[in-house]
Amino acid sequence: MKFLISLLLTALLSFALSLFLPWWIIAVAAFIVAVFICQHPGKAFLAAFLSLFLFWTIMAWSISSANEDILASKVSMVILKQDNPFLLILLTGLIGALVGGLGALTGSLARWAMNNQRQ
Amino acid sequence: MRLIFLAGAALFTIGLIYLLNGSQVLPAPLGKLLSPQHGVWQNAEAVDESFDGDISIRGLKGNTDVYIDERLVPHVFAEQEDDLYFVQGYLHAKFRLWQMEFQTHAAAGRLSEILGEGPDSRILQYDRSMRRLGMVYAAERSMEEMEKSPASKAQYEAYSNGVNAYIDQMTEAELPLEYKLLGYYPEKWTPFKTALFLKYMSYDLAGREDDLEFSNARDNFSKADFESIFNILSDSLKPVVPNTIENPYPVKPVVDLAPPANADSLYYSFRNDSLTASDPFKPARENGSNNWAVAGSKTKSGRPILANDPHLGLNLPSLWFEMQLTTPEFSAYGASFPGSPNVIIGFNEHIAFGFTNAGRDVKDYYEIQFQDQGNNAYLYNGEWKPSTKRVEIIRIKGQSLLRDTVVYTHFGPVMYDHTFKASEREVRNLAVRWKAHDSSNDGLAFYGLNHAKNYEEYLAAIRNLGCPGQNCIFASRSGDIGIWQQGEFPAKWRRQGDFIMPGTDSSYMWKAMIPQSENPHMVNPPRGYVSSANQLSTDSSYPYYTGNVFPVYRGYIINRMLDSASHITPEDMMKMQCDNYNVKAEFAREILLRTNTNVLDETARKYFETFRSWDLRNEIGSMGATVFELWWQQLQQLIWNDEFTLAGVPLPWPSEYALVESLKNDSAYKFTDDINTPAKESLEDMLALSLKKASDSLSRLEREGRGQWEKAKDTRITHLLKVIDPLSRLHVRVGGGKGIINATNRDNGPSWRMVVHMTDGIEAYGIYPGGQSGNPGSRYYDNFIDDWAGGKYYELWMMKKEENKDKRIRWTMRFRAA
Repeated sequence: MKFLISLLLTALLSFALSLFLPWWIIAVAAFIVAVFICQHPGKAFLAAFLSLFLFWTIMAWSISSANEDILASKVSMVILKQDNPFLLILLTGLIGALVGGLGALTGSLARWAMNNQRQ
Repeated sequence: MRLIFLAGAALFTIGLIYLLNGSQVLPAPLGKLLSPQHGVWQNAEAVDESFDGDISIRGLKGNTDVYIDERLVPHVFAEQEDDLYFVQGYLHAKFRLWQMEFQTHAAAGRLSEILGEGPDSRILQYDRSMRRLGMVYAAERSMEEMEKSPASKAQYEAYSNGVNAYIDQMTEAELPLEYKLLGYYPEKWTPFKTALFLKYMSYDLAGREDDLEFSNARDNFSKADFESIFNILSDSLKPVVPNTIENPYPVKPVVDLAPPANADSLYYSFRNDSLTASDPFKPARENGSNNWAVAGSKTKSGRPILANDPHLGLNLPSLWFEMQLTTPEFSAYGASFPGSPNVIIGFNEHIAFGFTNAGRDVKDYYEIQFQDQGNNAYLYNGEWKPSTKRVEIIRIKGQSLLRDTVVYTHFGPVMYDHTFKASEREVRNLAVRWKAHDSSNDGLAFYGLNHAKNYEEYLAAIRNLGCPGQNCIFASRSGDIGIWQQGEFPAKWRRQGDFIMPGTDSSYMWKAMIPQSENPHMVNPPRGYVSSANQLSTDSSYPYYTGNVFPVYRGYIINRMLDSASHITPEDMMKMQCDNYNVKAEFAREILLRTNTNVLDETARKYFETFRSWDLRNEIGSMGATVFELWWQQLQQLIWNDEFTLAGVPLPWPSEYALVESLKNDSAYKFTDDINTPAKESLEDMLALSLKKASDSLSRLEREGRGQWEKAKDTRITHLLKVIDPLSRLHVRVGGGKGIINATNRDNGPSWRMVVHMTDGIEAYGIYPGGQSGNPGSRYYDNFIDDWAGGKYYELWMMKKEENKDKRIRWTMRFRAA
């Protein structure tokens, strides 16, 4: 349950903060959620990783399908040197997932360290 | 222990973000670029994107409604003229912001700032060449002139405000793709940027000369050889304006145009001081165009028809943006330049107007003798005249800035000196005298044409055009047609400025400008049409020298077709604009057919047969066209390359008609012999040898499946950045070529085709190889290209306000005062 809640919260907070702030705010969003929802660091990482992976992949995919992959096809040739919109969407998801996951891991470790200080 | 874990994780996270946010390690800031809420995904415009909008902005004077049709062409209806140009600026920015700014950066020599110095410092060298040519200086001069006209000032300011209104409300996510890829942000627009853009067009159209190369040629050939290779008057010349009894040229020049007394020794002499450098950034020689207008006497309807297709570099986003501009006072429609207000080529309810390049040489070099190494004074008429200096600051991405000092003389900037060398062997100080440096308010010409109602108003409008000189074509609903070669042109003596001139002596200066009324022109001629295709505007009976490099064949074939045409319809004119007949091949054919086929091997004989049975048309699928183009190119190389290589310095390549006419007139043409062999080669030897050599290339092309003309030519429409192929359209299947009315070369060709029938209500057709949106993620980025390649046209709809319920209108934008 905690896992699902933190997954959802991370995605929501990332979306909201990204409306006004730079892209890397997703790491901060995942960090905050991990600080407040107590989970094992591994689980926290996984929740945020999945959260951002799903969020970025689904968003990129839905934008791209409304665009009939016109842009993704061109940008994938620039970045991946092959015409492969699917791979570009996957890469997008992975980047979000890694940054988010690491943010959450840091958050979870911070909570762990703070608890430790108080003891 | 836990703190160490924490610190490690935190550092790792920050490190990853740093990595993905910049291009220090990765080739691109992948995180920033791929974030779906910030990066390039935001440029993926939905195919059913809505362009509706309600925009309220402080400072607008009235209401403006923009109806956007199914091709994304905006039809702007403004109550107030200032608002019209505001909205034009806003729309240009909305659809073309990156390109507008990039082109002005290119004009101002600021590309290194965003792209870095480039491989082999190429981009930096380009920037320096633009600075040293005085592009920024020229734009500053035209600003001064523009500010003298309150109407122009108001127009340019309204336009800038419109661009800035768009930039101000744009979010980071809406930033055009190229800014994201290159990692920079747009600056505020200013009237100065518009001035820079217009100077860029001057550079593109009136910035090319081969004066340094011609100076080399003069120094390496005898006078007789020089005049034969670089003959100015082609036998096929049909001047834009012939000298006729009813429309005679001026009899004598306004000033005495005798060459300076010492010209024989100083200017026409052999000095063996050839330069070794050659400007690698010259505007393409093929930047030409076709235009013609036929009178009612030659058309089916009895009304004039005007046609224009400017040939420029084929790029994405396109140079052109189609739109309609309407106020209660006027309504104009056509192709506009993102970066400048007004319609540039188009029509209004009364007249149609278009341009081809005049191609006059208005850029000359003077050799400067400085007093000492400080370059503070130079010798002029026996005295030391002080120079001024201008420091150009060039910022370079990822490097410290470069200060480039340019010395200015009364001729203009000293483009080449010890820091920017024209010769590897010695220091040559060459100042540029360029018409684009003189102040003029050229934009006023377009403003005037948009509003003009008749011939007199057209003439008053184009008089504002100083540089680049253009063949301004005109047709009116009331039945008039006309053409003026307009611009401010120096009155030159024969060959003045073809070579570097001495800068120490006032007798080599341009003596005067030709009076505007003496510019070549023709109005309602008895032959029933006016036309131009960058050929010489006049024959040698015109009292002024007009320059040295002009194409002839498009002009020849256009006039031949128009001479025999009658009952013309707009469809006939569209067909003619896309015509692929190769008239040069018609002339060259009988020379090539003199080949002795007995000495040919089997392959060469096969290609000879392909050529013999060819219909002289450079159509898609034609093998004959490929054979001709390669064979002729090879023959030119064999005939001239031996002599040209011997010189060992850059030389101008002879004109397209030089070899055809030399061989036609003289079968023992002296350059035929290969000077590197003891044998004396004849034309027959060279014909066989060139076909043999061409056969090797042709066989290779055929093996690669590229034998057909459109594949061998391989037309491409490249993105302005040149290096990002996925944003370009490569391998466009289209016929035509050099010297053909459909002048589509590899990366240069008809950039806007327009045919206007001057009926009541105006019936017009047009197309350009691009799309209305500059966004590579939009379906409107390149959606006209296939139709353009296929020779199709769209109907240009001059909308009336009351037609706002028409089904062609897809979206509406309303601009209101806040």
